Amino acid sequence: MSSEVKQILTTDGIPLEVSLKKAERKNKIKAFLLVAPLLLFLVITYIFPIGEMFTRSIDDKMITNMLPKTFKKMESWDGQELPPKEIFSAFYYDYKVLVENQEHGKLGQRLNKEKNGFNSTTKRLFRNIKRKKIDESASIKEQMIKVHKNWGKVEYWQAIKRTAPPYTLAKYLKGMDMYYAADGSITQVDEDRRIHRILWLRTLEIAFFVTVFCFLMGYPIAHLLATLPMKYSNLLMICVLLPFWTSLLVRTASWMILLQQQGVVNDFFVMIGLVADDSRPEMMYNKVGTYVAMTQILLPFMVLPLYSVMKTISPSLMRAGKSLGGTPFVAFWKVYFPLTIPGIGAGCLLVFILAIGYYITPALVGGASGTLISNQIAYHMKTTLDWSFASAMGLMLLTGVLVIYWIYNKLVGVDNIKLG
Amino acid sequence: MALPSYTETRYRIWHYVYLAICAFVFFFLVAPLFVIFPLSFNAEEFLVFSEGMKNLDPDAFSLRWYKDMVYGTKNPWGLAAKNSFIIAIFATIGSIILGTLAALGLSSRHMPYKGIIMATLISPMIVPLIISGVAIFFFMAKVGLAATHTGIVFAHIILGTPFVVITVTATLSGFDHSVTRAAASLGSNPVNTFMKITLPLILPGVISGGLFAFVTSFDEVVVVLFLAGLENTTIPVQMWTGLREQLSPTILAVATCLIILSTLILISAELLRRRSERLRGINR
Repeated sequence: MSSEVKQILTTDGIPLEVSLKKAERKNKIKAFLLVAPLLLFLVITYIFPIGEMFTRSIDDKMITNMLPKTFKKMESWDGQELPPKEIFSAFYYDYKVLVENQEHGKLGQRLNKEKNGFNSTTKRLFRNIKRKKIDESASIKEQMIKVHKNWGKVEYWQAIKRTAPPYTLAKYLKGMDMYYAADGSITQVDEDRRIHRILWLRTLEIAFFVTVFCFLMGYPIAHLLATLPMKYSNLLMICVLLPFWTSLLVRTASWMILLQQQGVVNDFFVMIGLVADDSRPEMMYNKVGTYVAMTQILLPFMVLPLYSVMKTISPSLMRAGKSLGGTPFVAFWKVYFPLTIPGIGAGCLLVFILAIGYYITPALVGGASGTLISNQIAYHMKTTLDWSFASAMGLMLLTGVLVIYWIYNKLVGVDNIKLG
Repeated sequence: MALPSYTETRYRIWHYVYLAICAFVFFFLVAPLFVIFPLSFNAEEFLVFSEGMKNLDPDAFSLRWYKDMVYGTKNPWGLAAKNSFIIAIFATIGSIILGTLAALGLSSRHMPYKGIIMATLISPMIVPLIISGVAIFFFMAKVGLAATHTGIVFAHIILGTPFVVITVTATLSGFDHSVTRAAASLGSNPVNTFMKITLPLILPGVISGGLFAFVTSFDEVVVVLFLAGLENTTIPVQMWTGLREQLSPTILAVATCLIILSTLILISAELLRRRSERLRGINR
């Protein structure tokens, strides 16, 4: 008998371990190949473009490419006092190239964002170059200052220097109502111009309250659906599923009809004498409309996960709680409620995430106060065409959603999400 | 849920309060949909119940707006409906094929990096629609598919596949893999096994995922608003424009048709769910 352990071999002489590993690898590849088409499709058409949103949001290469000589010379300039004449002539020659390519307008607009008054300053230089009034053999610095006195101000040259890096976080700062001040420090915009912060807060507020309302309304009916006998609960389930399957726009339209001043809800209030006929309250184009419509639209997303969790809770647990001396309320609070927490988590997460990115309903029934962060993104995508700003805002929103999702995963676990 | 006879009065009262709350919530959920029905038969142009309608006067009702929906001049609904159906059908087919394949791979116990891949595959469901819209628009604009049917179909495949992946993976979790091994041991090749054994068993899951994908595509407006040109308008886009500009009763006629459609989809989804529950019951 030899001292070494004898390897187990398969019939064709390969060690069993190797053979098993090979089979395992083959299965792995097989499974992966099944997933590959969808994965590849999503990565190319979806995940990658989201990454591209990031590069777009911080991209500031345009101006870097426009003024190559200037920025090269500016590396050695400390930015404290008026730049030496080499920088003036470098800028002049860069600008001349831009004029030849008819790109000087873009530069003026971009620099104007950095420092007000730049557009007219560069335009004046443009006209002088066009009319060939600049004598290239004489001092360019003096001629430029003569063309427009702004060229003699150090702030304008500091503004150019600030645009040198090919990447900028300016769009993100703008989304938080901040900007780079002249000395490069981060400053808040004036109080009366802080529009984005209002939008973020309003979006959070609406998403939060809609989630709370959905929870308060969804919990009782999910409980009823889970405890009623099958033949009744199936019928009532249709009341939850019909709105769930109905088009979002149809439901929004019906709320627009219900909530208008001559609408059914107001008619009803007048009929029961709650309000006078001539002082019908405005329920649409304000927050009331947004809350009511969004709660009704998102309610099924709360009820369905709650229901699927409650369905698995045995009724005998409540009976046991009561038989051990708890009142129905105590039995509910100590036994039933803790068991439903995964459902509450899933429902609230779903509703909150859907509400935070909501767009259509607030835009239609919310009026001016119904503008949320999503509307702002759409506005910059379609109207102002400031795509990099839209990307930056979108990514800020996405980060928020992912953080919520991550917290939820830590607390409850994503595996508990069920669809109906 | 009858109360036992020994229940104390205060719990009895609480129970009826609870039932009343539930009744109110159910009413809140469903009632808005039923306002649209009668108003779509309004003979007048206003979106309120006229005196005649309140008195059930037959003259106050008409099919005027339905006629306008179908025959109206310069009416976008015909084109929109055609586009909506074409896009939704192709998007559903695409979602079903890609989603089912992925679900099959994901439910194999050999699948590596299951967690992260699953997270990637269902990410379009978690990411807010507006962000998906922006990202997809950037991609489609770059490859020249913006304002084409193909582009919108691709976009809706992205949004629809997570539903198929989730429903089919759920169906496969109760799937007895020994039946496919039995088929293989009897000499069937993998494709044949899939078509004859696996597919019929997971079909309810596939179809209900497909229904989700269909409704998602049919109802989707945010991404389409970014991608669509005038030629690619869909029903939701038309409704969005209509609701923003002026609420015409024709929109209510369209809405009524959509509610009927969603009722049909709901019924088929329910039937499928029951069938799949029955099938799973046999497996146990």
